[in-house]
Amino acid sequence: MKVDNSLPLEYSTEENSLKILGFWIFLGAEIMLFATLFASYFTLVNRTGNGPTGAEIFEITPVLIETILLLTSSFTIGLGIHAMRIGNKKATMAFFFITLLLGAGFLGFEIFEFVHYVHVGATLQTSAFTAILLTTLGTHGLHVTFGFFWGLFILLQIKKRGLTRETANKSFIFSLYWHFLDVVWIFIFSFIYLKGMM
Amino acid sequence: MDFFERFAVPHPSFLIYASMVGIGLTMIAIVIGITYFKKWGYLWSEWLTTVDHKRIGIMYLLSALLMLFRGGVDAIMMRSQLALPDNTLLDSQHYNEIFTTHGVVMILFMAMPFIMFFFNFIVPLQIGARDVAFPRLNAISFWLFFMGMGLFNLSFIIGGSPDAGWTSYFPLAGNEFSSSVGTNYYMIAIQIAGIGTLLTGINFMTTILKMRAPGMTLMKMPMFTWSAFIANVIIVFAFPVLTVALAMGTMDRLFGTNFFTTVNGGMDMLWANLFWVWGHPEVYILILPAFGLYSEIISTFAKRNLYGYKSMVASMVLISLLSFFVWAHHFFTMGQGALTNSIFSITTMAIAVPTGVKIFNWLFTLWKGKIEFTTPMLYSMLFIPLFTLGGVTGVMLAMSAADYQYHNTMFLVAHFHNVIIPGVVYAMLAGLTYYWPKLFGFMLNEKLGKWTAWVLSIGFVLAFIPMYITGLDGQARRMYTYSESTGFGLLNMVSFVGAAIMAVGFVLLVYNIYYSTRYASRDISNDPWDARSLEWATHTPVPEYNFAITPQVNTTQPFWDSKKNGHQLFKGKIEKIHMPNNSGLPFIMGCFFFVFGFAMVFSMWPLVIIGLIGILACLAYRSFEKDHGRYISVEEIEETETKLRGAKQ
Ligand code: HEM
Ligand SMILES: [Cu+2]
Repeated sequence: MKVDNSLPLEYSTEENSLKILGFWIFLGAEIMLFATLFASYFTLVNRTGNGPTGAEIFEITPVLIETILLLTSSFTIGLGIHAMRIGNKKATMAFFFITLLLGAGFLGFEIFEFVHYVHVGATLQTSAFTAILLTTLGTHGLHVTFGFFWGLFILLQIKKRGLTRETANKSFIFSLYWHFLDVVWIFIFSFIYLKGMM
Repeated sequence: MDFFERFAVPHPSFLIYASMVGIGLTMIAIVIGITYFKKWGYLWSEWLTTVDHKRIGIMYLLSALLMLFRGGVDAIMMRSQLALPDNTLLDSQHYNEIFTTHGVVMILFMAMPFIMFFFNFIVPLQIGARDVAFPRLNAISFWLFFMGMGLFNLSFIIGGSPDAGWTSYFPLAGNEFSSSVGTNYYMIAIQIAGIGTLLTGINFMTTILKMRAPGMTLMKMPMFTWSAFIANVIIVFAFPVLTVALAMGTMDRLFGTNFFTTVNGGMDMLWANLFWVWGHPEVYILILPAFGLYSEIISTFAKRNLYGYKSMVASMVLISLLSFFVWAHHFFTMGQGALTNSIFSITTMAIAVPTGVKIFNWLFTLWKGKIEFTTPMLYSMLFIPLFTLGGVTGVMLAMSAADYQYHNTMFLVAHFHNVIIPGVVYAMLAGLTYYWPKLFGFMLNEKLGKWTAWVLSIGFVLAFIPMYITGLDGQARRMYTYSESTGFGLLNMVSFVGAAIMAVGFVLLVYNIYYSTRYASRDISNDPWDARSLEWATHTPVPEYNFAITPQVNTTQPFWDSKKNGHQLFKGKIEKIHMPNNSGLPFIMGCFFFVFGFAMVFSMWPLVIIGLIGILACLAYRSFEKDHGRYISVEEIEETETKLRGAKQ
């Protein structure tokens, strides 16, 4: 394995930089996935059948809290990567931990939000609109859930193995994923919630 | 017994029961055979756990050939049913099931793995790489494809086939009109295979971008690698659309959502749109690698550099872009306005331009070439006129006003077979013949090969050209019979004869493989066709590390230059080579996907959860696993090299 020490740890081997490029391409596919969901959402948004419209069920408070939690977590994962770059294992772990905590908080509120929707009669089966709403939010939520466990595993690996070429690479890729979910959320927030409440 | 009732076939027939017995016996025979010859260990350690791109390629090839057989049997059954008016060989339900599985199997489980075989086997060799970027992921791709294929093919003996067409339009494909589990199989099996394909796309894009031999700039890549690259870009951007569409379809069927229904705001046309946003690019995912193969073959056997390299690349890029903006041409008649139809008419016709550029480039490559009529070249020469005909009828279909006459008639069926068979299938057969010596160390018989090409072509013309006529006269597609008074009888009989002749062609292919395996000379060189690109610069059989020394590239045809112009391909001395370890994980994960998929089809939730946990456990295991691969020592490489050199020349 060729090691190039002039590059940051996460890029230092050929395998590492392949993985990062591969992950960027994967994010390209993810963009298409969410773009398809958004396109379907805009197609179905007014097709509410006998069910409620967005304006009738959206509640700003949980959504705002979710937004703040997720945006902050995107910031803390950035700090985590910075700590990793300067080789501070403790700080990296701490920031990863905070990020995951915020992620879990986000999920908690999202579950609360979903329960609310079901209570006001907006279930998966109610109408095309509720179906695509819950599917789009749910797909994002599943990504966050998946990311939570992924991040947790990486945290455990940093703890056990330290900041090696592999763990640095994994952390960096994880941070890309986490930022991406944040970007998707910004779109959800603007085009689903804000637009829906107006 | 309630539990088992769900597995019964809702609309059985003698043929289905016979197939059940046949499949059961074959399975038992395979298991007994492997046990008797004590091959389980070999199967596990050399194939099921392999991460070698060449072996994965061969497994794709075997799957594709198997599916060609399955889809071919479907085709023959359809043509037999239509051979006579008011025929009762098949009833309408069986006919529906058969045209559905024929389409899915041929496109997704025959043509796709066939091009995957070429990607896997050829691309790393052509760019002088040791393997793909992510060998382990590559194995996962294969096993997901394989399990999806297995699941789909189970449908007709357990629970019933899908029967809503390979396009599976809603509301027909919804629970109300398709109450058997057939369409569940469609949604879930294609989903699993599709995820595998998406991962392949990511893998090969990374491989081609990052792992080319020194000196091989993008504009010095062999044309097949270019076509593979573009096809994989399309895969990465088109398959997620299918993922979403299938997920929504699955939810409609299993969880009672209303995406594509006709009540509570559901919108059936959304499915048609999503399906073809994926579906049309998919067609180009198949044809571009075929174009790549023809480019390699034509320049090899015209003994000339490919004419118009840059315009070849540019036209492929343009085709790939345009392919995302034409999808509505599949449903001009389904209610969008004149403006929309006109726009999609124009974008569709525009695709003919870059395609035409490619045809002319091939013709100019032939011009003044020293043409050698080998079997692969014969296929290519048959391809050019036949494919052009298919392209021309495509432009006819692209005129939205006229399409009201052609749509959903046999004219359409004639068109897409006219492009898929001479375009994709011939390229697969030409490429297979061309690369056979690299794969297995002997050549396929040329005489039998040429016979096959001619028989297939005669069969093709007889089978499909008449459909243009009956289509224009109004014979609808997907109809299981027609009355005598329509007058379609004679031409349909001709089609049947053509289909039978094509079947003979495929039998000839199989016979050729058998014959050549027994009798062909094993004493051939590493470069039996006097070819131009790097895959021919290594030994046959290709050692697991591909190239002992990474080749140096100067032009688009480095190997030719090394033979004729004194270019030195291999500089420096042998060093130890890093290789990935085999792993059972991809296969095991594939099995969990199968369990998950099967359980989803029948809504067996506890089993669904078990499958899911299995998949997630595999991912978690992978995350914690430490696997740094292994090294092949210099002595080992030198030993292999002398042995391989000794066998030839
Ligand atoms: C011996 C060769 C073949 C014959 C005789 C044949 C015949 C047929 C027939 C009769 C149909 C159905 C027409 C109807 O709707 O009633 C059909 C549909 C179709 N075939 Fe083939 N076929 C052959 C090879 C292939 C190959 C090689 C491919 C793809 C690589 C293919 C792809 C399709 C597709 C996609 C459909 C559309 C299915 C649908 O819309 O339901 N066929 N074919
Ligand atoms: Cu199309």
